[in-house]
Amino acid sequence: MYRTGAQVRIRSFCPPGHIRTPHYLRGKTGVIERALGPYENPEQRAYKLPAPERQLYRVRFSMREIWGEAAERPDDTLDAEIYEHWIEADHAP
Amino acid sequence: MPHDHHDHLSPSGHPYRADNDGPLSYWQLMEIAVRELLIEKGEVTSAQVAAQIDAMDARHPSNGAKVVARAWSDPAFYEALMADAAKATCEMGFDIGPMNLVAVENTETVHNVIVCTLCSCYPRNLLGLPLDWYKTREYRSRTVKEPRKVLAEFGVELGAGVTCRVHDSTADMRYIVIPARPEGTEGWDVEALAVLVTRDSMIGTGLAKQP
Repeated sequence: MYRTGAQVRIRSFCPPGHIRTPHYLRGKTGVIERALGPYENPEQRAYKLPAPERQLYRVRFSMREIWGEAAERPDDTLDAEIYEHWIEADHAP
Repeated sequence: MPHDHHDHLSPSGHPYRADNDGPLSYWQLMEIAVRELLIEKGEVTSAQVAAQIDAMDARHPSNGAKVVARAWSDPAFYEALMADAAKATCEMGFDIGPMNLVAVENTETVHNVIVCTLCSCYPRNLLGLPLDWYKTREYRSRTVKEPRKVLAEFGVELGAGVTCRVHDSTADMRYIVIPARPEGTEGWDVEALAVLVTRDSMIGTGLAKQP
């Protein structure tokens, strides 16, 4: 479980299927905005397969992190819902 | 002689506009076939199908406007809404079902806008069916990259002191923006306030109307 405020990185891999992690956020670093609780994993549920519950989080990213210095306004933010198996703790150097 | 034998003109002299004159698409045919089979086999009745369409059409942004007006007027409800929006709105009679709801609030320094880049997630129980523009690739791709430009095209200019927060509705949450309460509405009752709450103001692509 991650706490609100924890710094995390979105995993950067490309499995096929009904994935709810947008490509533009993969590999990006953000902060847990809030934990939303457990939900059935849509990656299985979409195919009517047994879907284990996974923790879902709202992760907040800066526009600078997503789009670089070319961002329209680097300090604006983007929040997205990300499942726990797409999140890893970020150990920034 | 404008009315003489012009196949492309109606008898009134105006050109015919394209209409739904073509054959049914694959999916339109599939929908009709499945619906008729379900009715034939007694799984559902045509009255049930019609009732479900009526229920979908009955959901309207005025539902969301009631929620916003109450949040503006009732501090205890506001607290409950920000803590657990699905529960607070369900108690008003707006059940979001298995989904969950998050309310985000616009202030003098924060402006929120909602998008679903992956499809068209939308709080249908509060706002009705999503708009065509909300489902376009243009809105979905540009709102996460240049939200201020998109908002300006909707007529919402964000000042330098305002942070724009975009919410990409990627999974099980649905979102409603609580627009800032217009000045000059002190003492108004919830019915009068609700009239100021537009659909776009609850998506973040608009502001509440000024009194």
